[in-house]
Amino acid sequence: MNFNVEIFWTTVAAFLTLSTFSFLYKDNPFYKFAEHLVVGVSAGYFTMILIVTSLWPKLVDPLRAGNLLYIIPALLGMSMFFRFSKQRSWIARYPIAIYIGIGAGLELVLQFQARVIEQLNATIDIAGGLASEAAAGTLTTGDMINDIIIIVGVICGLAYFYFSKEHTGWFGGMATAGIWVLMVGFGASFGYTVMARISLLIQRVQFLGDWWTALWA
Amino acid sequence: MRRQIPLLLVFLLGTAIVLQEFIPLDFAKAFKEFALDWTIVIGVFAMALGIWSLTKVSMEKVRRRSENWQYSIVALAGLAAMMLFSIWSWATVGIEHALSGYMFVQFFDYVMVPIQATMFSLLAFFIASAAYRAFRARSLLASLLLVAAVIVMLRVVYMGPLSDPVNVMADWIINVPNLAAKRAILVGVGLGIVATALKVILGIERTYLGRD
Amino acid sequence: MAANNSSPNLYERMLTIDRRWIFMLLTIVVVVVYMLDLKVPVNVTEEVRTIYERIEGLNEGAVILLGMDYDPSTLAELHPMTYTLLKQCFRKKVKVLVTALHQNGPGMADQAIRESATLHYEATGDSVEYGRDLVFLGYKPYPAIVINSLGQDFHISFPLDYYNTSIDSLPLTQRINNLTQVAAIINISGTSATDYWISYGAAAYNVPLAIGVTGVMATDYYPYLQAGRIFGLMGGLKGAAEYEQLAGNVGSATAGMAMQMWAHLLIIFFIIIGNIGYFMSKMQGAKE
Repeated sequence: MNFNVEIFWTTVAAFLTLSTFSFLYKDNPFYKFAEHLVVGVSAGYFTMILIVTSLWPKLVDPLRAGNLLYIIPALLGMSMFFRFSKQRSWIARYPIAIYIGIGAGLELVLQFQARVIEQLNATIDIAGGLASEAAAGTLTTGDMINDIIIIVGVICGLAYFYFSKEHTGWFGGMATAGIWVLMVGFGASFGYTVMARISLLIQRVQFLGDWWTALWA
Repeated sequence: MRRQIPLLLVFLLGTAIVLQEFIPLDFAKAFKEFALDWTIVIGVFAMALGIWSLTKVSMEKVRRRSENWQYSIVALAGLAAMMLFSIWSWATVGIEHALSGYMFVQFFDYVMVPIQATMFSLLAFFIASAAYRAFRARSLLASLLLVAAVIVMLRVVYMGPLSDPVNVMADWIINVPNLAAKRAILVGVGLGIVATALKVILGIERTYLGRD
Repeated sequence: MAANNSSPNLYERMLTIDRRWIFMLLTIVVVVVYMLDLKVPVNVTEEVRTIYERIEGLNEGAVILLGMDYDPSTLAELHPMTYTLLKQCFRKKVKVLVTALHQNGPGMADQAIRESATLHYEATGDSVEYGRDLVFLGYKPYPAIVINSLGQDFHISFPLDYYNTSIDSLPLTQRINNLTQVAAIINISGTSATDYWISYGAAAYNVPLAIGVTGVMATDYYPYLQAGRIFGLMGGLKGAAEYEQLAGNVGSATAGMAMQMWAHLLIIFFIIIGNIGYFMSKMQGAKE
């Protein structure tokens, strides 16, 4: 009998796939086995990725080449393990502080630019475009309605998230309009989420179908 | 000093990183490169913390014979196997093959990929169940959400001559009200991130220091 | 609501059906459609077309950076995008730098690169030479830091590539030092790395960026598309199918659209039936 290695491994994958699917009936040893196996294998995989692609080229190679300055970030990194010590856990604060400080500095400028300034700029540009097209007489009714919905929707959506002022009176009206716009946005997200979840199942069915075909080929 | 020095480090580094974005000179660029370089090295050890934690917890479960302790052996065996496969390739061929050894790749392709992909594909079933049991048009707002969702879902449904108007409606929902909603959320989240980053740099937010 | 001593009515029984019947119905629909091998037309949207046309418009020898930031849990939606994009780049002789900034992703990225190159060779007879046509930089932790460093100098994060070769010895990375020298970034991602590519990559260094993301994430990035921060967006399996359609590749995404369609119809049916049951049950309870 010929032993096809490819079919063997694909059968292993199919077995593990069906074991995981068995959870849909109820929790069982096959599912638990697959669940714990993937936790261990993923951790092992990630450990080696970290050592081979990060630790070795970024630390070991420079140290071997004589760049001893890298001992400092290495010591700082290793001191993170003091988190597990009850008496000396404060030592781990130093590398964490370095990472948090640099991260916070990067986030502050770049997120402000991309999320706040550019987005508000784009909304103002829409208003500007609306005005200039209206002045030039090239504005269509459809474009006008769409642009107004976007501008008003953004402002009212922001009003909804502003909780330092009570949502009453005219401000309450804006917040109400905001939640209406947000609901449509969440509806669109939900529609796409359904598509995303179903696609994951489709790929598994395609895999099992290909395996079954190969098995009997 | 156990709290003051870290707070000072956060303030100095955070401020320096912010300022260097506005200084178009070589020394600013050199400082940023240096900072990023060291942060990557420190970050490697931070990631290793998670792996160490997992190993510790699994070994503790086995030692104490907790519920389902046998499965912790499976997890530890998987961890050890992957490391052994990679180290074997490294030792026998060289570091350039540490991640492309036969068994290492086979376990990735035929154990890790199928189980992870299938775990997430279970969500398709749960969303179908939720659609039947939980998605109720209890109010006008909920109805609006459901109608928008249904129109967007119909985007992938071929309905002959009805497909074009449905696609137009779905495109409108995504490019107009959805855009407005998500932009409002983006700006709100962006302002929140900036506020939090400022609080961290100025030492108002200190939860990352933990307790004494 | 049923009176205290009466049995549940039809609608209440409908609403408390064992969910495993729902699971079985979904399985049957998807499997039957798969076995029938049905095909449905795919409507191509503008945001996907711009990505395809941008790559088509690049000259031979132009370099793009492909950020593959996903893991096996999202490969269903994102792998087809990667394969189609790589094949298009190989056909156009556009050079590709690849990063994989998700910890479980490098193995898949390596596999996708090898398979795409093999398929391209089998189809055209042209070989894809590693180092000259493509370099796989690999993985480093903390995408925000890595992406920022890519804008300065690739050497900060990637002195060696995924295969532990010095990037100074590879022809492609000898002539390209940082992000500002690439023609475009295409980020195919199922993680928050996309936010970092937008803020720390494209915005910080003014590099054209297009994204391919999962369906769950897609709607969140339309504001960036409208603002011009990204020039294209592929969303989920449908986005992948649209790209395959434009490229003339019938792959797993296109093949999956029929199953997607029938599954969506089933979900919509569940929503309608569930709501009918809910409202009828409420009305009957109100009468009693």
